[in-house]
Amino acid sequence: MIVEARKAKFSEPLKLTGGAVLPEFEIAYETYGKLNAARSNAVLVCHALNASHHVAGTYAGEPDNVGWWDNMVGPGKPLDTDRFFVIGNNYIGSCFGSTGPTSTNPATGRPWGADFPVVTVEDWVAAQSRLADCLGIARFAAVMGGSLGAMQALQWALSFPQRVRHSIVIAATPRLSTQNIAFNEVARQAIMTDPDFHGGHYYDKGVVPRRGLRIARMIGHITYLSDDAMMEKFGRVLRRAAPGFDFDVDFEIESYLRHQGDKFSTYFDANTYLRITKALDYYDPAADYGGDLSAAFARAQADFLVVSFTSDWRFSSARSREIVKALLDNKRVLSYLEIDAPQGHDAFLLDDARYFGALRAYFGNIAL
Amino acid sequence: MTESETIARWVTPGARVLDLGCGNGALLKQLWQTRQAPGYGVEIDDAKVLECIRNDVNVLQMDLEDGLSAFQDGSFDFVILSETLQAIHRQEPLLRDMLRVGREAIVSFPNFGFWKARIQITFAGHMPVSKELPFQWYDTPNVHHCTLVDFEALCAKLNLRILERLVLDGGNPVNFLPNLLGSLAVYRVENKERGK
Repeated sequence: MIVEARKAKFSEPLKLTGGAVLPEFEIAYETYGKLNAARSNAVLVCHALNASHHVAGTYAGEPDNVGWWDNMVGPGKPLDTDRFFVIGNNYIGSCFGSTGPTSTNPATGRPWGADFPVVTVEDWVAAQSRLADCLGIARFAAVMGGSLGAMQALQWALSFPQRVRHSIVIAATPRLSTQNIAFNEVARQAIMTDPDFHGGHYYDKGVVPRRGLRIARMIGHITYLSDDAMMEKFGRVLRRAAPGFDFDVDFEIESYLRHQGDKFSTYFDANTYLRITKALDYYDPAADYGGDLSAAFARAQADFLVVSFTSDWRFSSARSREIVKALLDNKRVLSYLEIDAPQGHDAFLLDDARYFGALRAYFGNIAL
Repeated sequence: MTESETIARWVTPGARVLDLGCGNGALLKQLWQTRQAPGYGVEIDDAKVLECIRNDVNVLQMDLEDGLSAFQDGSFDFVILSETLQAIHRQEPLLRDMLRVGREAIVSFPNFGFWKARIQITFAGHMPVSKELPFQWYDTPNVHHCTLVDFEALCAKLNLRILERLVLDGGNPVNFLPNLLGSLAVYRVENKERGK
């Protein structure tokens, strides 16, 4: 499937949760499949921390640049683009084409950098609703996401109850745990204490806080995998014939983390990383209801599919069961799957017959 | 008369139903289609959960042994435990929980007092293996068998009122010597306090 990235520009200001106003913004997006005449088959796919609007397929002339959820989305896939009109979008504040810290600040003519406001999941959803307006979609057949993307799928059902028929919430949490926030803070500190960070104004200096980004990514990767999956994949295997009694790479896992960190630091923006982790930390739909998640979900009207993975310790199944309980308290139409998969948080990106089979069956039952 | 027909007759139209150990969701689907009774199923088996999703039935993949803490008090009209009682490790807390979240409980189980089971134990001297109980004693999901007499004693102990009972064998109601001639029992019970 050859796909094409597009941009939609919005010149009406967007008031953000934190009080700042984005005077104008762009959203990078891709679409797959055809919008039907009734406009009833649109599915919005929301991405997590480091992905983008490139959900499925490949670009012309770039056969290796495959969308991040290509195993899930496409012709004949669980989210079948022969039946559904699927939209991938890049949320604002990101660094893959939508307006973010690397974009030009219209007030100064220079990159926003550190001046780009902190955005929230609610802000992303508000911006996405403008994209939906622009594409002529009054109501989505489904909004779907994993991890941070799942928070957007949840928030859609809360911000725009009338505009979502099904909310598909995978490897989610209704709010970060203290431990989750702690990991995010370590990642942010790694970036902000990098001498190349320059308080976020590093674009002007022609440098990138690469060391900080590397460490942030290494920490992230540890939380994406289960202990067992890491043991299974890398064990205590050495990269060299014998321990070196120095601080070069001894173990495979060290090499893996360094490689992931290096790769990430070449394409990801540090200001974006800071803002996304803040959006994660702040997300808590129950906060306005005295911590009562059931009260927060009282306005939801969508049907829900919630999926968790037993080995996910970043956003554990217990967190998904909190969502399930809140939805049950509100008598929502709801199914919940707890997939006994060994890979940890990353399981939501991997093909598993039970997981993919359920998604295929669920989408199959969505009336168009 | 099948078990599911019995349950469908007992469930009032539009009632809210929770089906514990719901298998492929066929009963829930039937209750929705014939009684417009919406509900949820609880099931732990991956393949059966997938069948439920295919059947467009609300299913929650959870372990009944963990209890029903996901459900609010009195949030269902009927909580159903169909041929699952004998596979539960701790029946007492589950039955109590069923009548916490539901107004009434519907419970069915294979009757261990059925004459074929008695003959196998008494004369052949081995644990019963039959159409109704097709498992060898060392390889079975069933951990706590009971008879009609046993279940009714447990109901008395838990202060449950039996509202209705249907005993079946081969699809036929058994009214004469039910604990001997019935292979399957279906009960509808409520908390005695509730009726006062």
